Amino acid sequence: MSTILSVKDLSVTFDIRRPGAWPWTPADKLHAVNEVSFDLAAGECLGIVGESGSGKSTLARAIVGTVPSSGGQIMFEGGDLANMSSAERRVHRRDVQMIFQDPLAALNPRMTVGEIIAEPLITHEPNTPRAEVKKRVAELMERVGLLPNLINRYPHEFSGGQCQRIGIARALILKPKLLICDEPVSALDVSVQAQVVNLLMGLQRDFGLSLIFIAHDLSVVKHISDRIMVLYLGRTMEHADAHALTTQPEHPYTQALISSVPIPDPVLEKARSRPILEGELPSPLAPPSGCVFRTRCVKAVASCANERPIMTDIGHHHYVACPYHTPKQVLETA
Amino acid sequence: MSLLNIQDLKVSFTTPEGEVNAVNGLNLSLNEGETLAVVGESGSGKSQTAFATMGLLAKNGRATGTINFDGQNLLGMSTKALNKVRSQQIGMIFQDPMTSLNPYLRISEQMAEVLTLHKGMSKRDAITESVKMLDAVRIPDARNRITNYPHEFSGGMRQRIMIAMSLLCRPRLLIADEPTTALDVTVQAQIMQLLGDIRREFGTAIILITHDLGVVAGFCDRTLVLYGGQVMEEGQTETVFANPTHPYTLGLLQAVPRLDREEVELATIAGEPPDMSRLPAGCPFSPRCAVAMDRCATQRPALETLEAGHRRACHKPIAEVA
Repeated sequence: MSTILSVKDLSVTFDIRRPGAWPWTPADKLHAVNEVSFDLAAGECLGIVGESGSGKSTLARAIVGTVPSSGGQIMFEGGDLANMSSAERRVHRRDVQMIFQDPLAALNPRMTVGEIIAEPLITHEPNTPRAEVKKRVAELMERVGLLPNLINRYPHEFSGGQCQRIGIARALILKPKLLICDEPVSALDVSVQAQVVNLLMGLQRDFGLSLIFIAHDLSVVKHISDRIMVLYLGRTMEHADAHALTTQPEHPYTQALISSVPIPDPVLEKARSRPILEGELPSPLAPPSGCVFRTRCVKAVASCANERPIMTDIGHHHYVACPYHTPKQVLETA
Repeated sequence: MSLLNIQDLKVSFTTPEGEVNAVNGLNLSLNEGETLAVVGESGSGKSQTAFATMGLLAKNGRATGTINFDGQNLLGMSTKALNKVRSQQIGMIFQDPMTSLNPYLRISEQMAEVLTLHKGMSKRDAITESVKMLDAVRIPDARNRITNYPHEFSGGMRQRIMIAMSLLCRPRLLIADEPTTALDVTVQAQIMQLLGDIRREFGTAIILITHDLGVVAGFCDRTLVLYGGQVMEEGQTETVFANPTHPYTLGLLQAVPRLDREEVELATIAGEPPDMSRLPAGCPFSPRCAVAMDRCATQRPALETLEAGHRRACHKPIAEVA
């Protein structure tokens, strides 16, 4: 399989000005994403999980190109995102599309569904004949499960699940190669969530899309992804095949994360003895030295404070950033 | 005798678009020290049931039926009498811990107010008691942090403060309305563990309102499944999860991806959550039900008892559902 997206040592830094600071004091640096690397093959789905503040959304935005990277490289189909000409950038914007968490907020309330879905097409291909635009909008609406006779309705007339379908149709009208989904189902009801997940998986198959699926719900991510990357305070902790990562996690953080996911089975769930991760995410403005996870890690030793663990391949493209990793089966799998 | 007994509760709202029926004849009972899960999607009436119990319905809302708490009907009680019950006997925690704390007041003032007002304590005693409670919900360094403002705490910590505040008067019933929905999964695990400890320590009965079946599985003795403001199924959590007898319960359980299983495709429930102003005359789930029959649309199924404590509302024989 060919690699469509290659991210190397990507860092994204934000300047944070303390309230009341003098104009000449240098701003604090917030490292939202820190030396993250991964490759994404065409047609593959990469899941990204992590708690809030782990940098998952910032990573997505950097790949789309809406926040500038402060270090590292993003190669999309062989072209470096940082050195693109404006013409190349226009193509990149067509090829990489995004869908968002809050489906209603992502849609312009004063445009009809038809206008919303057609807008990217009219922007990028202004010479498309009206009839052609209309045909493609109708086709897509049908494909994502919206009745074409709803074309003149406004977003507020739709439920959350339907709004997310509109967002998906809008993202797909330019036939992108990569679709980035930032928490696409977390605002939806359980029954509707399953519909949208199935829809995304079907579209991925039919259009040969590559997918980056960001969510905090590990169960959903595991279901849809081929590979999963676990982020903590902007750094990659573990990156492996979805099945391997959920059944035999190596990194202490992944193990803790999996043990805190509740399983909807009263017999299993009540019998589970789970080590619960204590404390909370440290401030990203002052991340711990060495391994960023050490302050909450059960395996942490003194040297963790001094040395930043190196990402190592322990076989079968299973990468772990912890020198004390051991496989541990956290869940009984049926 | 049960601590809380709700009979034929109906909640409706008068809106410019017409009458919206959020809860339609709900029956519920809860024993002392028991944990009950109220499960449902948006619009199932789960939060409105809690709000009706606490007398917190919006101005355009009306509740009929009976809500018996410890032998007294909370509906139709004077505000003064109700204040006494809901301050000292029933506590409630909400989904968003930021919007339920007053951003202008220090935690110490918000917490002490509860005790000075309801228990007549002096300010000094009230603060000592509040610190004790913050220790109980494991706020580190509670003695000093009590003087902080809500924005100085993280989401998980704020939820702990809310829990501490609701427990100050040692209520016999705690209603938790989606207490962990806004939190990360690791923090959720901490909060659920805390609620479990509180239940053991104080013997508080807990109603957990949630849409997360995983949380229910680990925490609740009994489960009540709501749809369109009506009870679809009710029973021991183990029974409901292992042998669901209602098509909606079955659908919900199958629609959740599970970390410990490999599914090829998720089962879905067709359609969208119901429009509460236009519910069908019969079973509210019938428009989305895969096994619906003709009479489901017109005739409302009664809640029938299957065996001890297991009840369902469905016309279809059990053998044809599962």
